[in-house]
Amino acid sequence: MIASAAATGAAAPPFEDSMAERTRACTACHGKQGRAAPDGFYPRIAGKPAGYLYHQLLNFREGRRHYGLMQHMVDPLSDAYLLEIASYFAALDLPYPPPAATPPRTSQALLERGETLARHGDKAIDIPACVQCHGDALTGVQPAVPGLLGLPLDYLNAQLGAWRAGERRAHAPDCMATIAKRLKPEDITAVASWLSSRALSADTHPAAAPAQPMPLECGSVSVQKTALP
Amino acid sequence: MSRGPRRWRRGAALIVMAAGVLVALAWALPWALNPRGDSNLAPAATAPPATTEQIERGAYLARAGNCMNCHTARGGAPYAGGRGIDTPFGTIFSTNLTPDAKTGLGGWSPADFWRALHHGRSKDGRLLYPAFPYPDFTLVTREDSDALFAWLKSLPPTALGATPHRLRWPYNTQTALAVWRALYFEPGEFAPDRERSAEWNRGAYLVRGLGHCAACHTPRDALGGPRKPLHLAGTPIPEQNWVAPSLALPQAAGVTNDGNARAFVQLMKTGMAPGAVALGPMAEVVQHSTQHLSEADLGAMATYLQSLEQPADPEPSPVTSATGTRRAAAGAKIYDDYCVKCHGKQGLGVPDAYPPLAGNRAVTMHDPTNLVQVVLKGGFPPATAGNPRPFGMPPYVLTLTNDEVAAVLTYIRGAWGNAAAQVTPLDVDRIRSAAAGG
Repeated sequence: MIASAAATGAAAPPFEDSMAERTRACTACHGKQGRAAPDGFYPRIAGKPAGYLYHQLLNFREGRRHYGLMQHMVDPLSDAYLLEIASYFAALDLPYPPPAATPPRTSQALLERGETLARHGDKAIDIPACVQCHGDALTGVQPAVPGLLGLPLDYLNAQLGAWRAGERRAHAPDCMATIAKRLKPEDITAVASWLSSRALSADTHPAAAPAQPMPLECGSVSVQKTALP
Repeated sequence: MSRGPRRWRRGAALIVMAAGVLVALAWALPWALNPRGDSNLAPAATAPPATTEQIERGAYLARAGNCMNCHTARGGAPYAGGRGIDTPFGTIFSTNLTPDAKTGLGGWSPADFWRALHHGRSKDGRLLYPAFPYPDFTLVTREDSDALFAWLKSLPPTALGATPHRLRWPYNTQTALAVWRALYFEPGEFAPDRERSAEWNRGAYLVRGLGHCAACHTPRDALGGPRKPLHLAGTPIPEQNWVAPSLALPQAAGVTNDGNARAFVQLMKTGMAPGAVALGPMAEVVQHSTQHLSEADLGAMATYLQSLEQPADPEPSPVTSATGTRRAAAGAKIYDDYCVKCHGKQGLGVPDAYPPLAGNRAVTMHDPTNLVQVVLKGGFPPATAGNPRPFGMPPYVLTLTNDEVAAVLTYIRGAWGNAAAQVTPLDVDRIRSAAAGG
């Protein structure tokens, strides 16, 4: 009796009514505290802008993004609770791990093309630089633009591919869809490879405001101004 | 010489005649079978304008009937239709119930709407598919039908044309619908049982009418007709890969005493009750329909369900085989690794957060389909006014193999006094494959 009671005590840590406890379903894939490392498939959510996270949850529920498991998670939840979940993960201020090693066959030329696209864009195909919207440090801009560093290569590739194919959408005008459709598949590989190879700067936080006017109009940003309480 | 061609000619004439008769029959059959107590409508008299009270009542009834859930596409305008509903015969797309003149109910009269609910016939005279549960809605009173219609007419109009159904022949024909109706449908009227209380009658009206509980919980035959003697006896929902449990059987979701009648009301109102959580298709029902109903109406439904004839108790089927015992032992280890943190060493869960597994009928129910679904996909109970910030369960579809899921479920179905049959890797595979395919 005593032995079994002791075993029970050891096996069951005390229950704590917290957001961490309520969101175990999220952290199962997105990593402890939502800090998934770049070596898997699932994106880190900790520290991303709250508005961005909230709108992704809505996008899954309303069919603008497609991933069966995510859809199943958010379907029964209310806007208010999704916003609370998004704000909880956005507020987690946690260190980033170093980037994952680039795949062995990644050529220097590919990484250079990726860096050019990310830092300067390509006027010939009318592509703005990633930094113009996602911040000079590529850590995102409050409240709606996500950081692009610390994400798995497969995830970045899949998202740009899905945008290009029309399988991931945001509110119109869908600027990322416009951009992804102008990119050739090898450009997508290039920019995803470069982004996933970069370490974050010392300050990992999203910028408070854009440093310059955005080169394209983005529904995901304009809808944010009205939708976030 | 001349006899041959003449005989041939007579034979051909017979064949042509027989074919003609068949064609005529095929034409006549739907005509003969088509009306089932309904007739063409007289041109609509101008209906009196709807009152605010009527519109409010209609809004409540629309919740009771969960109309919006099927008549709204993912991310689409509420009630504008376009959601695909999978059936064994193909996919049926819901229609636009907003008052848009061209694509919705704009041109309908209250009588047209009543005929659709009561007889399953559209304004243009075509028969509707029974995926629209008119065999249940036929019990809705004319007064309630008019209130529902007044509510729908008060919605903002959305122009959204119908998506064509994707059905196989012959299910895509009006003839098939006429035959189906002749086999399974009688227009009905809710006749109160004077021997029973007003509460019981209210519950029966809601459960059997607008609530259309039978649409999922009553077994169907091969042509999709309800097997009426098995009213609410529970059945798999093959297209969704969940099981709608029996609402009569004490070992399933039967409401068999005052205690679980109270739990039923709480479960329908909040999505959670001691020892029960609404997940899967029922989570949708709680979220969009039952949480909005009054406790009085939910209590009435419980009273009606409590009166259903309870089938004989099936014998418990504890695991006795050597494979089952080995599987349960392996499952105990997996339980300690993945489940114990929330559900506890004794399977007691955490009140208001995680359901107990010990003595939980959803765990020990004969068919383990829902249990496998929950372990594979995890998920949240519905966010409701009574439980606005639910705790979630992680999905294990990418973490645990079929053998491991079978083992841990076999363990929990036999631990802490539970005595249900083992779950096999084949059971898990069937559900995992269907989920991947769908």
